Amino acid sequence: MTSGSTLAIEATGLAKSYGETRAVAGVDLAVPAGAIYGVLGPNGAGKTTTIRMLATIVPPDAGTARVLGHDVVAEADAVRGLVSLTGQLASVDEELTGRENLVLIGRLLGHRRAAARARADELLEAFGIAGAAGKLVKHYSGGMRRRLDIAASIVVTPRLAFLDEPTTGLDPRSRNQVWEIVRALVAEGTTVLLCTQYLEEADQLADGIVVIDRGRVIAEGTPGQLKASIGTGALHVRLLDPARRAEAARLLEAVVGTVTLEPDPAALSAACSDADRAATAVGELGRAGVGLADFSLDQPSLDEVFLSLTGHLAEEPAPTSGKAS
Amino acid sequence: MTATAPATDADTAAVRRAIASTARPPRPGPLSTALTFGWRGMLKIKHVPEQLIDVTITPVLFVLMFTYLFGGALAGSTSAYLQYVLPGILVMSVVFTTVYSGVALNTDLTKGVVDRFRSLPIWRPAPLLGALLGDSVRYVLAGTVILVLGVVLGYRPEGGAVGALAALALVVVFSFGLSWVYSAVGLVLRSPSAVLNGGFMVLFPLTFLSNVFVDPGTLPRPLRAFVDVNPISVLATAARSLMAGTPDGTAITVSLAVAAGLAAVFLPVTTRLYRSR
Repeated sequence: MTSGSTLAIEATGLAKSYGETRAVAGVDLAVPAGAIYGVLGPNGAGKTTTIRMLATIVPPDAGTARVLGHDVVAEADAVRGLVSLTGQLASVDEELTGRENLVLIGRLLGHRRAAARARADELLEAFGIAGAAGKLVKHYSGGMRRRLDIAASIVVTPRLAFLDEPTTGLDPRSRNQVWEIVRALVAEGTTVLLCTQYLEEADQLADGIVVIDRGRVIAEGTPGQLKASIGTGALHVRLLDPARRAEAARLLEAVVGTVTLEPDPAALSAACSDADRAATAVGELGRAGVGLADFSLDQPSLDEVFLSLTGHLAEEPAPTSGKAS
Repeated sequence: MTATAPATDADTAAVRRAIASTARPPRPGPLSTALTFGWRGMLKIKHVPEQLIDVTITPVLFVLMFTYLFGGALAGSTSAYLQYVLPGILVMSVVFTTVYSGVALNTDLTKGVVDRFRSLPIWRPAPLLGALLGDSVRYVLAGTVILVLGVVLGYRPEGGAVGALAALALVVVFSFGLSWVYSAVGLVLRSPSAVLNGGFMVLFPLTFLSNVFVDPGTLPRPLRAFVDVNPISVLATAARSLMAGTPDGTAITVSLAVAAGLAAVFLPVTTRLYRSR
């Protein structure tokens, strides 16, 4: 999973406030080199602020962080020389063409004009943007803009890439392309810190995950460990008659565990990992004459992990959402 | 989104080659980095030339309005007034353009690309210095429009082309210094329109309470005291003297010193603000 035991990011007690809002309230991170590490949390959880501190864009109010061995405050310039940032807002210049964006970054990183142009063309070709190289970025589709954004981050291949919600707002096809690029980046030895609010994305890509909520780390581990820490799968039940859902919920709660009402008015689920108890619960429903359309028992998803850790769903913004997330 | 460019797919093998194939070039020098940001400013003008309207139309209106509306009443004849007011309008137009530097910077800050610039290993003031160097091209343009129009309308600088160009250069250098102030304002205020309003709220009185439009000889004493120390007056005096072929060493030195002082104070302030916002 990880190559070697060195840490690419070590952070202790990172904190940042904007006015009254504590965007990040003491975050510890230990990110192994050579892996994809997921920072998972809802909007406003403090993911972006954490990434901005680690990428030396804003200094922390408290705490320390070392990125690839360099302190983010005292040796910020050394950190900048080794990392790249793909921000939540596309970090490309919308008023320039795709090619100009990449040449600009190449020049700023020290390439001579001809080398910057050659590198830009190579990346445009590889990322499937060559056909739109001369168009202004504001006319790009969301997927192309994201690919250009990531291309801009590897004009000089970084040792560590910060990706802040790289697939938010993308269609599934574009999302899969971004995932392929992220995997390619790691395969070539770059460490990736990936912020996401999509549990599926973290599950698909990340070797390790921290879950952040309201500025604090509330859980940490591999996707498997996180699921195991909850220890339960869920019994999903769909009724023939939605009107009997309350009754079904009472019966399930008595036999198994906490019941969640699904968005579908006929569906509900209960935390449960024991197949025998699930069978008993289904039997109870049958005895009570609650007609079942179908039922299933599955392993916990990260969605359920998140709900169990935070008490609210990942899709719901935290009640106190700050200026920056 | 008005038009969507044709989409093709990323080629994973080529992406992997691109990621694997690169070496890190040596870091560029501070000046080279700033010039690259200046190039970015030029590209924006190339893509949206309409944005030059404010630096071309406004000065033309100022010249025509002041010369033909007020000229006869103020100086007896429009041609005599043009001779007096043209260097003043050169100063006013170019100095006004500096406000747009603050507006542009404020607008830029709302874009995600600024985060990328902040995360690059570059000389910290480079994005600002580059943007202001790019803006200086606008100052040159605004000043050139005034000079050409003036000559077309009958203005004749006694200092000749050399005097006129020297005056333009002085005004552009002064404006470059002043633009650091407006960059700081652009970083502090919340919206582009606040920068625009705030900027002109200061520049209008400074420009009108100066010797740009009228000889301060007729002014009440307290007002005249202010006009005499107003840096805009000093700059207008210096520009007039150059265009008249009788350079006023004191006014020129004071103008350059004010520009250098503003840049020296506001460059670090602005760089710090750019970093922390």
